[in-house]
Amino acid sequence: MKVLAAMSGGVDSAVAAARAVAAGHDVTGVHLALSAKPGTLRTGARGCCTVEDAGDARRVADILGIPFYVWDFAERFTEDVIDDFVAEYAAGRTPNPCLKCNERIKFAALLDKAVALGFDAVATGHYARLSVVDGVPELRRSADAGKDQSYVLASLRPDQLRHAMFPLGDSVKADVRAEAAARGLAVANKPDSHDICFIPDGDTRGFLAKRLGERPGELVDDATGAVLGRHDGVHGFTVGQRHGLGLSAPAPDGRPRYVLSLEPVSGSVRVGSAAALAVRRIVGAHPTSPSGAALVDGARCTAQVRAHGDPVPATASIVDGELVVSVDGDLRGVAPGQAVVLYEPDPAGDRVLTSATITTTS
Amino acid sequence: MTTYLDHAATTPMLPAAAEAMAALLTGPRGNASSLHTAGRAARRRVEEAREDIAEQLGARPSEVIFTAGGTESDNLALKGCYFARTAANPARRRVLVSAVEHHAVLDAAAWLGEHQGAEVVPLEVDAFGRVHDDTLRAAVAGDPDTVALVSVMWANNEVGTVNPVAELAATCAEHGIPFHTDAVQALGALPVDFAASGASAMTLTGHKIGGPYGGGMLLLGRDVDCVPVLHGGGQEREVRSGTLDVPAIVGTAAAVRVAVSARAERAATLASLRDDLVVAVRAEVPDVVLNGDPGQSEMDGGPSRLPGNAHLTFPGCAGDSLLMLLDAKGIECSTGSACTAGVAQPSHVLLAMGVDPKHARSSLRFSLGHTSTRADVRAVAEAIGPVVARARKAGLVGQRRTRVTAP
Repeated sequence: MKVLAAMSGGVDSAVAAARAVAAGHDVTGVHLALSAKPGTLRTGARGCCTVEDAGDARRVADILGIPFYVWDFAERFTEDVIDDFVAEYAAGRTPNPCLKCNERIKFAALLDKAVALGFDAVATGHYARLSVVDGVPELRRSADAGKDQSYVLASLRPDQLRHAMFPLGDSVKADVRAEAAARGLAVANKPDSHDICFIPDGDTRGFLAKRLGERPGELVDDATGAVLGRHDGVHGFTVGQRHGLGLSAPAPDGRPRYVLSLEPVSGSVRVGSAAALAVRRIVGAHPTSPSGAALVDGARCTAQVRAHGDPVPATASIVDGELVVSVDGDLRGVAPGQAVVLYEPDPAGDRVLTSATITTTS
Repeated sequence: MTTYLDHAATTPMLPAAAEAMAALLTGPRGNASSLHTAGRAARRRVEEAREDIAEQLGARPSEVIFTAGGTESDNLALKGCYFARTAANPARRRVLVSAVEHHAVLDAAAWLGEHQGAEVVPLEVDAFGRVHDDTLRAAVAGDPDTVALVSVMWANNEVGTVNPVAELAATCAEHGIPFHTDAVQALGALPVDFAASGASAMTLTGHKIGGPYGGGMLLLGRDVDCVPVLHGGGQEREVRSGTLDVPAIVGTAAAVRVAVSARAERAATLASLRDDLVVAVRAEVPDVVLNGDPGQSEMDGGPSRLPGNAHLTFPGCAGDSLLMLLDAKGIECSTGSACTAGVAQPSHVLLAMGVDPKHARSSLRFSLGHTSTRADVRAVAEAIGPVVARARKAGLVGQRRTRVTAP
């Protein structure tokens, strides 16, 4: 197959490309330039998409003996990922930019271009297991539970996954690093990238403040309606957040307070007890399925509501085009804007059933 | 077998240059600044090369300053002349540069603007990318005494358009303003004569004409004041310091000799091959657009367009897609200047010419040189049709925001 390997400059995509080559595919490496000003970016320990990363990717391609190019997706990335990220926070929701990048850049803009140029698949260094049986894709959790990225790939649809390749799905990170070293790839010991690639200093609140300015509002006690303090904008908060609320006095019962909900129009941040944070019912918009199969009514499954959250047992159905999930027991810190991903437990890797964007909880 | 059509980026070494260098790389070695026999032998090589180059290019030997490349020569000319001119008269703050200069000139000028109080005045170009004397006159006229220097390239590296250098230099001379020209692409393709051009300073580099990398030259008029940018031993006329790279200098001189003596014949051959290439591409891709001067007229005794340059826009295609598909077929070309860090930005040259950014991204530069043959043209003619068809398909999916169902 003609395979386009998306190479970020990190160890995972390097080994993914190496494995595609080893499997006998005709591989071309491409680094996506996602920053509008690649030449001016300074490399931070946690950054990515810098000139240094492009150089690291190029050196890997040299060693693998594959052609390598840099493709500029900065405009699309800015529109579809960064602007969306800012707009979602402004609307009081908590977006997942990696999910958006997969859905709209890597497996949309990049994939479409690759297929049009004659490639059969796009290979990435994601940790998830993908198989296509009779043209029907199945997406499962990675063999490395700690690194599993099926959550941020779950919203991909069959036409996208049919052209995707995740060569690391059956591996654990330690083995990937060892393989990189054995193959003589200099990125073997490169630190993992964390957080959000376009916020290399990790200061999400500062990044949003720069773009949204101050949008002052009140911190309100959800139970009593009392105004407890003021804040600079709902974009500084996430449902379930406990720290950084800026409250001077503790709750009357002495227990910590949490963000319960965000109201972008009034600018109110409602806070309350951990108990008030508990959720049993989650509604998600625009449900999709990797296989394209409709969700069975009343399906028993496990539900995950954030990138590294623990899955909980649940029952789900599609009602009027929306995904309705009832979790067994209480779930805390469920933030609108995040994805709810449903899995079918399976010893061969839990299988993704459905993904949807959380709209309301109760 | 690859088809190399990126000679404007760099071109294969000429055997004469490689042989001249090889003898020096492995033979006895002395520092050209040393006083003993080996040092004097090295110095002799340098001075012979200097005299040789001066003779070929219509300069005096003392006007040839060896540098490490075109970028250094451009920086030295702009910064050095600016410093000298403002030191003599602080009112001289305006730096006039054409909008289509190489980044080595544009960014040096921008740095003067950001850090040294210069007022950078871009000289607009016409739709071919040419600076007109009227434009320069208008820019100078407002207040000639405030102009520190003017820099306009002899021929554009991307679209190949040749500028009326002698005319522009004469205009500057009327006001006593130093005129610098980056002639890196012109050497070997156009009749370059330093004295006849009237330029005060001229950037040249060896690797574009079959010499080694690192063989840069700045021709600097004897009466032109220039403050050093690199400080040290003052080896080159107290204007440029650094131990002289004797093999590179000797290799460069050998390349200059060939470039100048073979120029007229080579230019005619290249122009013919280039015209064939454009015709062949147009036969496969009827809506292809040739950017820059059509090359059918004359400028200062040479062609009005670099003879080896074919800069083409393929509507609906992304330049990076075309480049990759051609590369896969063994055809090596460029999306513009190779110096933009691997990322295909829309070319500032095309934008200055009034091309819209979408078209600017749809462009390829084929540049022919001393090793180019009819077979190269045939290879492009055979490959380009399917490549453009495929890139166009990819270009179309790139334009719509696909697959997005969720808002």
